Amino acid sequence: MTSSSPAGIKAFGAYIPRRRMPRAAIAAAHAWALPSLKGLAKGEKAFCGWDEDAITMAVEAGRDCLRSTPGGADAIVGLSFASTTAPYADLQNASIVGAALRLSSARTSADLSGSVRAGLSGLAQALQDSDLGDQLIIAADRRSGKPGSTQEMLYGSGAAALRVGQGDGLIARFLGRQTVTVPFVDHFRQTGEKFDYFWEERWIRDEGVSKIVPRAVAALLERLGVPAARVAHFGLAGGPSGSDKLVAKTLTLAPEKLLPDLSSVVGDTGAAQPLLQLAAALERAKSGEVIVIASFAQGCEVLAFEMLEPPLKSPGHGLAAALSRRIEESAYLKLLSFDGQIDIDWGMRAETDNKTALTQAYRIADQILGFVGGRCQACSAVQFPRFPACVNCGAVDSQKPFALADEPAKVVTYTADWLQYSPSPPLYMGLVQFDIGARLLMEMVDVGPSGIEVDTPLGMCFRIKERDRQRHYDRYFWKAVPLAAAAVSTAPKPA
Amino acid sequence: MASGIKDKVAIIGMGCTRFGERWDTGAEQLLSEAFSEALADAGIDRKQIGAAWYGSAMERSVGNSAIPLSTALRLEGIPVSRVENMCATGTEALRGATYAVAAGAVDIALAMGAEKLKDTGYGGLPTVGKGSFADLWMPYGSAPAGFAQLAAGYRSKYKISKDDLKRSIGRVSWKSHQNGAKNPKAHLRKGVEMETILNAPMIAEPLGVFDCCGVSDGAACAIVTTPEIARALGKRDLVTIKAIQLSASAGREWGTNQWDGSYVQNTRNAARAAYQEAGIKNPREELSAMEVHDCFSITELVTMEDLGVSDAGQAWKDVLDGVFDADGKIPCQIDGGLKCFGHPIGASGLRMVYEHYLQLQGRAGSRQLKDPQLGLSHNLGGVPYNGVCAVSIVGREGR
Repeated sequence: MTSSSPAGIKAFGAYIPRRRMPRAAIAAAHAWALPSLKGLAKGEKAFCGWDEDAITMAVEAGRDCLRSTPGGADAIVGLSFASTTAPYADLQNASIVGAALRLSSARTSADLSGSVRAGLSGLAQALQDSDLGDQLIIAADRRSGKPGSTQEMLYGSGAAALRVGQGDGLIARFLGRQTVTVPFVDHFRQTGEKFDYFWEERWIRDEGVSKIVPRAVAALLERLGVPAARVAHFGLAGGPSGSDKLVAKTLTLAPEKLLPDLSSVVGDTGAAQPLLQLAAALERAKSGEVIVIASFAQGCEVLAFEMLEPPLKSPGHGLAAALSRRIEESAYLKLLSFDGQIDIDWGMRAETDNKTALTQAYRIADQILGFVGGRCQACSAVQFPRFPACVNCGAVDSQKPFALADEPAKVVTYTADWLQYSPSPPLYMGLVQFDIGARLLMEMVDVGPSGIEVDTPLGMCFRIKERDRQRHYDRYFWKAVPLAAAAVSTAPKPA
Repeated sequence: MASGIKDKVAIIGMGCTRFGERWDTGAEQLLSEAFSEALADAGIDRKQIGAAWYGSAMERSVGNSAIPLSTALRLEGIPVSRVENMCATGTEALRGATYAVAAGAVDIALAMGAEKLKDTGYGGLPTVGKGSFADLWMPYGSAPAGFAQLAAGYRSKYKISKDDLKRSIGRVSWKSHQNGAKNPKAHLRKGVEMETILNAPMIAEPLGVFDCCGVSDGAACAIVTTPEIARALGKRDLVTIKAIQLSASAGREWGTNQWDGSYVQNTRNAARAAYQEAGIKNPREELSAMEVHDCFSITELVTMEDLGVSDAGQAWKDVLDGVFDADGKIPCQIDGGLKCFGHPIGASGLRMVYEHYLQLQGRAGSRQLKDPQLGLSHNLGGVPYNGVCAVSIVGREGR
């Protein structure tokens, strides 16, 4: 990192799946065998639809981040994607995220993983690389807990994105980083396994968090010459619940400096958690305030920032907005099914072979992943997909790419299909009309209690279109979300 | 415009199997059954067939290519083609055979359509891919989901309440059940109460199970030739083909803002061309009967407007007023329609013509209409905004 120009954060974004399950519903389902889970049955957790994963959530957080910065995706030169639950072991997940975000100028891309620390470590690395230009770091985790486990109760899903760079436009300045790496194994998951295995909570708290985190934070503050009293916002990801309070007490940080506990409304989102906490801090910090975020895992990563210029409030943007987009689900079997933990007999229609022609997918990757249609230079009709001939005037090879993901749209026709196989029946589908003129048949998801009707306003979201269950390849495309349903919220406030 | 095919081709024989769940009958037997009836009706020998067109839509039930037909019927050494155009497949077979005769390429041609849907294992239609391009972005909806969307568009355009429209589409199915009960070859032969129809389980909103047609096995065929050859064969009071027209979507309905979801453009296109070819000016007054593609009740309802027999926004009232009942102004689905006669996809277009053929010859038994002159058939393949429509008109020669 060059010393001439300070690095920092330029923008942030967040995504929390709309589906929230009251923990009491999970505990109730297990009460016959595990009555003690009732002790954890507070608040709710965010969980993914069958068609959401770390990639789709990363795209949504990335869009949220890019929407709030002038210049959008144009000046991003590097993309990092941090996750412990990335769908692919060998296929750069970031390449799909980058294509969906249309990061045409990104020269570098990387998947980061290894532990839940990958999110915050990825941010530190992005800050170090920011002398090359603006970097986008996105962390996302779709966390699964074995049915009946503490993790099932506590884990959640979500994503956070940060745009970092140097020069003008910083909202928070990077002050410094402290890293400790020790082979402290509080939990683990071998490659290919679905669930984490945890050691005793008391040991993690007393021998791990209590000894490792305060020391690292104190060392960083001392090196930066920042007294603990100047720290206005502190967040800790990882460790048993209450770890942040414990560390704050050791560091003599007042309780009100602790960032809101996302575990009560979202759950522990793994690699995304420290970046979501940072987003929460950036939404509330005032100029000059110091933010410290720590991530505990095989030691710890600590980053400190100084708030410069709080960003202008933008409706529908950021973590608070993501939290407010909420659909309550209390059917526990739905959570299990969406997570692939029970295999419901969906009948013969689920037998369809969803083999993807990778040749075709590559030829039209910008259309499918980036949702880029075309605008005819002869008649101006915007359309999707781009065929050689214009849908309106028939002119051949007349179209210039035109991105649709952020264009306003509404319902023309719809139905709720109970016959067609969908892992989340009924399958809502219909014609979607973009204000700009394009129209196409789309699946509609996250339809809340208010349902949909002709003219219902829609937004777009990046999702899994189909799963190829024979070859284990998911095809991604865009789906429409009713905006009104998404805005419904009676969510409990973060604790 | 081209001179068209009006009265250039006569139907001299037709056959149609009983439609339904033909568990004990294979596709080859269905083909043979329909063909035997048609040959006997035409009074010709199999060897007089000069060419054949075979319509089948689902390869998994009947196989691909024309070979299943040529083998089942032992049509040796003549051109046999398979055609597929979704639910308009049967009419496509008839179009091929008719054009060949009209062109003078063949003296006598066979059009056959068949489907053996009950060999697929599905209650409805199987899910099929849409090709490597569309599979990447187009949602897989069921057939009812494609047509159910018409209800949203129609209701919204004409400000009709959900309840009123549900009642009207329910009445469409009620009428077809009444008609199907009288047809010995129909799949579903039972009248159904309106209450049962309205309260049936939902398939694709607002279509309940009684808003959906039968999924059937069956085959139907036509033997066509020129009027001159027909007369030479001793035929009198000929039934001739007045028009066969087809329209296929090119993306405008689903790809631009130029369609409001309340009608089917392909039907309007094909109907306009067919009326012109047949010389029909006022379909509501001139048509004696209609067999339309009532794959779903809402489809039949909007089709009444698309064919010009109901005014815009009025079909739902015409239905409730009984205009299309057996004793109404223009009986529609007098044989039970797709709804109750059944819908073996490749056979349906020919089954519709078969009913007109019987009616025009006064051979329709207890459902015989009084002095019919012109009958219209209508097939829709795909979905309302992305599909094909075939309209064919048959009638008495010289009409």
